[in-house]
Amino acid sequence: MFHLITRRIAALLVTLFLISIIAFIIIQLPPGDFVDAYAGKKTQGGVIITQDELDVMRVRLGMDKPLYQQYLKWIGGVVRGDLGFSWEYHRPVKDVIGERLPLTLVMVFATLVFTYMVAIPIGIYSAVRQYSVGDHIATLLGYLGLATPGFLFALVLLYLGQKWFGMNVGGLFSPEFEDAAWSWAKFADVLSHLWVPVIVLGMAGTAFQLRTMRATLLDELNKMYVTAARAGGIPEFNLLIKYPVRMALNPIVATLGWELSKVISGAPIISIVLSLPTIGPLYVNALLNQDMYLAGALILIYCILVIVGTFISDILLMILDPRIRLGGKG
Amino acid sequence: MANKGYIDVNNKKVHRIDYATHWQLMWWKFRKNRMAMIAVGVLGIFLIISLFADFIAPYKSGTRNINYLQGPPIRVHLLDDKGNFHFHPFIYEMVKKRDPVTYRVSYVTDTSKKIPLRFFTRGETYRLWGLFESNLHLFGIDGGFINLFGTDQLGRDLFSRIMYATRISLSVGAVGVSFVFILGLIMGGIAGYLGGQTDELIMRLMEFIRSIPTIPLWLAMAAALPREWSSLKIYLAVTIILASVGWTNLGRRVRSKLISIREEDFILSARLAGCSDARIIIHHMLPSFMSYIIVDLTISFPYIILAETSLSFLGLGLREPIVSWGVLLYSAQNIQTLAQMPWLLITGLFIVISVLAFNFMGDGLRDAADPLAK
Repeated sequence: MFHLITRRIAALLVTLFLISIIAFIIIQLPPGDFVDAYAGKKTQGGVIITQDELDVMRVRLGMDKPLYQQYLKWIGGVVRGDLGFSWEYHRPVKDVIGERLPLTLVMVFATLVFTYMVAIPIGIYSAVRQYSVGDHIATLLGYLGLATPGFLFALVLLYLGQKWFGMNVGGLFSPEFEDAAWSWAKFADVLSHLWVPVIVLGMAGTAFQLRTMRATLLDELNKMYVTAARAGGIPEFNLLIKYPVRMALNPIVATLGWELSKVISGAPIISIVLSLPTIGPLYVNALLNQDMYLAGALILIYCILVIVGTFISDILLMILDPRIRLGGKG
Repeated sequence: MANKGYIDVNNKKVHRIDYATHWQLMWWKFRKNRMAMIAVGVLGIFLIISLFADFIAPYKSGTRNINYLQGPPIRVHLLDDKGNFHFHPFIYEMVKKRDPVTYRVSYVTDTSKKIPLRFFTRGETYRLWGLFESNLHLFGIDGGFINLFGTDQLGRDLFSRIMYATRISLSVGAVGVSFVFILGLIMGGIAGYLGGQTDELIMRLMEFIRSIPTIPLWLAMAAALPREWSSLKIYLAVTIILASVGWTNLGRRVRSKLISIREEDFILSARLAGCSDARIIIHHMLPSFMSYIIVDLTISFPYIILAETSLSFLGLGLREPIVSWGVLLYSAQNIQTLAQMPWLLITGLFIVISVLAFNFMGDGLRDAADPLAK
């Protein structure tokens, strides 16, 4: 087990290195560099900038050096916690991201909890009461949840909230807490707003996990060991929880990292529609405005979140499933 | 298996099922799945819409009607306001009204004026598939205007725009899936056939791509496309971007199938009979797992459509004058617009229905791909 974990950590470091290169490429990708974009904006504002000034700026920013040196300089800074400077916000990238990252993490975590809290019990119910009315409703909702893009669902919720309750379901704060310092009241206010993005973000994942849970549990329920245990007189509920459900949880845990990646991937669009103060809108705006240090740092954060999540789910799976822990083929 | 029929082989009566080909068995199993068959019908309608969008749409996607800006959907009636049945469908004329206090424009139906709906009318000229010039439209009215799904801020007919958008969105899916097919087959094929170091390298690459959150990556790549590119170039580039991440599933499938089939007896006998590598791959290996590839492609279709919709919705994918479902929803982003024109959400209905249909068809195909399983 220890050996396996060290190997996983080694692989993790290699992946992180590759991802830092991708993030750097993304920073470099847009045609022209930041200086061009900056000059374009200033010229539009009526300010005249000479070529000399641009060159001075490039030297100051280290843009005249070869690419690998620029990469080393950038990654050196990242390792020391310096993510570069956001020209759009005129502040260090770290500060810009820092004030939005906690809320993003809270939202992602809450979504994952919601997904599993809903999907697992309903999946178990659906499998145990196969072809009942409840099962049919769950299956139908599952199909719909998978087919509806999150942002569309968010738009519909926005519209219905406006029409039926005359309120805006977007945002994470009530107006009176917008600029207030953090307090218990503000925290409670956030919680009361959080459920909308959590449901929207968690919908597709819940639908998927529900189907997985139902399908695997149905497979397990037909196996001989269930009949044997039942014949042995174990009460139905204990039997269900102790053996088939535990088996059926394996694919659910195995897809935890993948699920996390889906949630993180879907978050930017939904955050924009619901105007949430997370890193999603920041990322899209950074891309649109070519604020590339900010964009690069954000994609780095997105990837790190996913990779760490996958790592945790692998470890969890090892704990849950002895076949993997002992190095056999699962 | 439901097929109990008999056929004659060499003047002997035998069970049809014993002589059925693999594809026949698949079809028999597939058609038993009712939802999948309905899905095929729905997708057939979508296909017809995208092939004949210019004919079905009464207007072109960019045509503006300045007399009916932000107009609500116009309903087609068979019963008039007195409850009398009319054999010929008709619409009521919409009259513009201005609120004397707020000056806001609204539209009311004028039930005194019936305008009959005409089929196969002459309207705007278009070139079907860029080849045939025509001005024949499926339906229309004489004088006035007909907007089944209402109009947007610029007075463009939403129904017509959705018809054109269906064509674009489905074609993005089709082109994207073709790229996925080619990439997945080549990469998976190389990995599975060569094995060893190459296999290891390609597998690591696939794992790496899968570990990156897709939408942020797509966004970054799409944002890097030059703004001055033509919309056609953007269209192709966006499709390639979507496919460059989506091929890993198929690649894995091809690789694992190749590895398991490589050791089968029929491959060995083909090799002993002197077949070349290329012949073995194309004539013996590929057909034996073609059905699985088709399943994977069907399943990846809706993902590509949804991805394109998301990108365009954020303004980083396709752009006007090319309209896709995502481009249409782009204008419905904020709550003010939605509150004024809720009918813009009709586009979403098309997205959900098409993705549902693809999912159901994919499920049916997946069950049918292994026709001998119970």
